[in-house]
Amino acid sequence: MNAQASANDFILQVEHLSMKFGGLVAIGDLSFQARRGEITALIGPNGAGKTTVFNCITGFYKPSEGMLTLNRRDGTTYLLERLPNHEIPARAKVARTFQNIRLFSGMTLLENLLVAQHNKLMKASGYTFLGLFGFPSYRQASAESIDLARHWLEKADLIDRADDPAGDLPYGAQRRLEIARAMCTGPELLCLDEPAAGLNPKESAALNDLLMDIKNNTGTSILLIEHDMSVVMQISDHVVVLEYGRKISDGNPQSVRTDPRVIAAYLGVDDEEVETVLTEVGDEDVIEQLDTGPDSAHGPGNSASMMAGPVSDSVEHADEGERVTVSKGASKAAQVDARAASVASKPRSAAKPAAKSSTAKAAPKKPAAKASATKAGSASKGKETAAKPTAGKPGGRK
Amino acid sequence: MAVTVSSERDTVATPIQRAFREAFYAGAISLGLFVLFIGLRTDQNISNELILVQRWVLLAIVVIAVTLGRFVYVAYALPAMARSKAEKATAPAIVAEPGFLKRNFNRIGLVVLLLYPIAMVLLFGFQGSLKWVDNFGIQILIYVMLAWGLNIVIGLAGLLDLGYVAFYAVGAYAYALLGTHFGLSFWILLPAAGCMAAFWGVMLGFPVLRLRGDYLAIVTLAFGEIIRLVLINWREVTNGSAGISGIPKVSFFGLMSFNVSDPNYIAKVLHIAQSGAYYKIFLYYLALALCLLTAFVTIRLRRLPVGRAWEALREDEIACRSLGINTTTTKLTAFATGAMFGGFAGSFFAARQGFVSPESFVFLESAIILAIVVLGGMGSLGGIAVAALVMIGGTEILRELDFLKAVFGPDFTPELYRMLLFGMAMVIVMLWKPRGFVGSREPTAFLKERRAVSASFTKEGHG
Repeated sequence: MNAQASANDFILQVEHLSMKFGGLVAIGDLSFQARRGEITALIGPNGAGKTTVFNCITGFYKPSEGMLTLNRRDGTTYLLERLPNHEIPARAKVARTFQNIRLFSGMTLLENLLVAQHNKLMKASGYTFLGLFGFPSYRQASAESIDLARHWLEKADLIDRADDPAGDLPYGAQRRLEIARAMCTGPELLCLDEPAAGLNPKESAALNDLLMDIKNNTGTSILLIEHDMSVVMQISDHVVVLEYGRKISDGNPQSVRTDPRVIAAYLGVDDEEVETVLTEVGDEDVIEQLDTGPDSAHGPGNSASMMAGPVSDSVEHADEGERVTVSKGASKAAQVDARAASVASKPRSAAKPAAKSSTAKAAPKKPAAKASATKAGSASKGKETAAKPTAGKPGGRK
Repeated sequence: MAVTVSSERDTVATPIQRAFREAFYAGAISLGLFVLFIGLRTDQNISNELILVQRWVLLAIVVIAVTLGRFVYVAYALPAMARSKAEKATAPAIVAEPGFLKRNFNRIGLVVLLLYPIAMVLLFGFQGSLKWVDNFGIQILIYVMLAWGLNIVIGLAGLLDLGYVAFYAVGAYAYALLGTHFGLSFWILLPAAGCMAAFWGVMLGFPVLRLRGDYLAIVTLAFGEIIRLVLINWREVTNGSAGISGIPKVSFFGLMSFNVSDPNYIAKVLHIAQSGAYYKIFLYYLALALCLLTAFVTIRLRRLPVGRAWEALREDEIACRSLGINTTTTKLTAFATGAMFGGFAGSFFAARQGFVSPESFVFLESAIILAIVVLGGMGSLGGIAVAALVMIGGTEILRELDFLKAVFGPDFTPELYRMLLFGMAMVIVMLWKPRGFVGSREPTAFLKERRAVSASFTKEGHG
């Protein structure tokens, strides 16, 4: 990345993070950085270890290896892997939400947000003793905490339901409340585990607004796990892609969505079958994307892969990408890499992409027509097209 | 239950027909059940031989009562209930303004409690009021205090503690030992006993922090038994099962004593007639004051961050940790605070009895206190107070029901049916109100209006 960037530009530095459960390597040697004031997205197919990374960062797991450095705005640095669970939110100011919502369902919305301000209020109440005798300092802190809660209830558009139990809220509102609750702890890094899961496009657009608002107005950096590519591509400044616990891509949303390894990881099929599966799914945009290779990366508008596009489009596409599940076994991104290495060793491969891509682009007009053709003859062609992008990559990216 | 089974035939059968049928079934079932329980009874005759007493008349009475009861229930009560339900459904949903009694429940309750000993003295005279003030008033108030203390652990923090009586014992023995050996006054020993119990609460809390649910319950149960066994076996200190007697009485802040021989005996100071009732009445108000202290502290704590953290802990421990709440200290403070009130109750108990022995601190006591908390509705102070009144007052009142002897014969002792009543009350309340008398939860803060949170949203905690 930027060589001049001082360590304080990064709010979170993950270095050589590994997490092993017995023999299972959930995360293997993962390193990435999250910049201060940016939204960093962590994506990857199901089971890639995204939530495990979150659990390591927020102290629910103790990583097997690696270092997690959090730099706070005031210059203090915390090694998250050494802090006890509850001190990570309290001292390092990292807040999180959960994939399956964890609200205090029997408490009202307001109470949920007041619980989040526990440490602040605890100090104000003289660790209960002053508060028990009704000292004015606590009363003032209590009023301030209610004001903060009111502020975040308004931001999350939940102020009308402040006195209702949290369990009574609809799903989308519960998600927003969980974010509001996390924000009430006054975090510098907010970790959101699939905030848009189960939201309809309208709700996820509202979520985007809320997150952008948090980013712009509070200076809180956001680390985000998300499957909804409309959220990821629209709001994130930086995307890290995981597959089988390893980082396969890292960069801005544009470069990530055209990275063939990411595409391979998401589609999760063998090169020979790529086109077959795609045509069965009926996603001609993706076929075109694959065929044209990574050189389409220069224009954000003309790329219409499953990783991009307008809200409504990519919601479907992302889902379809998910449905084609990864078969157990080796990483697809690794296969792409291996192939790229073998192709690169051949001398003629350098010239091939340009010529081939133009023909490939012309040929597949109708997916239905292509489906029959693919089965018979284009097995070899599929190999080439999938291999091509990576062959061209070394020169193009670095 | 038969109602639901035969629901298909209900469409043709009139309520009366159905009532006949079900009454017959109920009679047959009760006959089968009770023929050995009631119809036959083993007894000893004058030469100590086992004989069989036959009580067919009593059996017939019981069976007929069951049959008639079922008939009336199915034929008249059920249709009436269905009708009133239908009426309620069709009637426009008017939010019923809570009645005067409901709105001012706490205030009325407090006034009644304050006037209770005076009313008893006026009704029965000093000597006659003894029983009512002591057995009913003080006894119930001790259990209210215990249950409110346990409510902090179970109702708020959601930690199932089956060994609560251990803290009661610690408080009682702390008072008894320090009082008899060092002659310290109640007003010093009360906080000391509370601190001691809180200390043991923390001691219990540490090893069980990692346990949840059933496992926590078993360990706390074992803790209660350990304390009791130590009290029995550590004879040099506790005097074993013989217990400690001669525990000093409470004095009125040292100004007035309740010992007849003392120069500042209350009757001498105030120039009134000598009576044992003064001490009981004084103890009653003392217990009431301690109860009010418990309630005050509980209500205050709920509005403080620590109380909210307890409730949050009950709702979701993982979310608590993600918000920076130290769950270890939160659990320990819950244990310690609950134990402290147990200790207060224990020291008061020792002062009132003047004698403590391990007999008073058996598991059954824990079970009774737990039952009161569950019946009352976990987390609700009012509900728990009512439950204590029903459970403890109900079993005490059985002693007073002499007229039952006229029905069941002169050797009928209603006290023996205490546990039966206990079990029946539990079953009925759990069927009728599964979350206890007061299942809803009062929010601790509000923006616009305070609305009770329905029981269906609150969780019981996993320990």
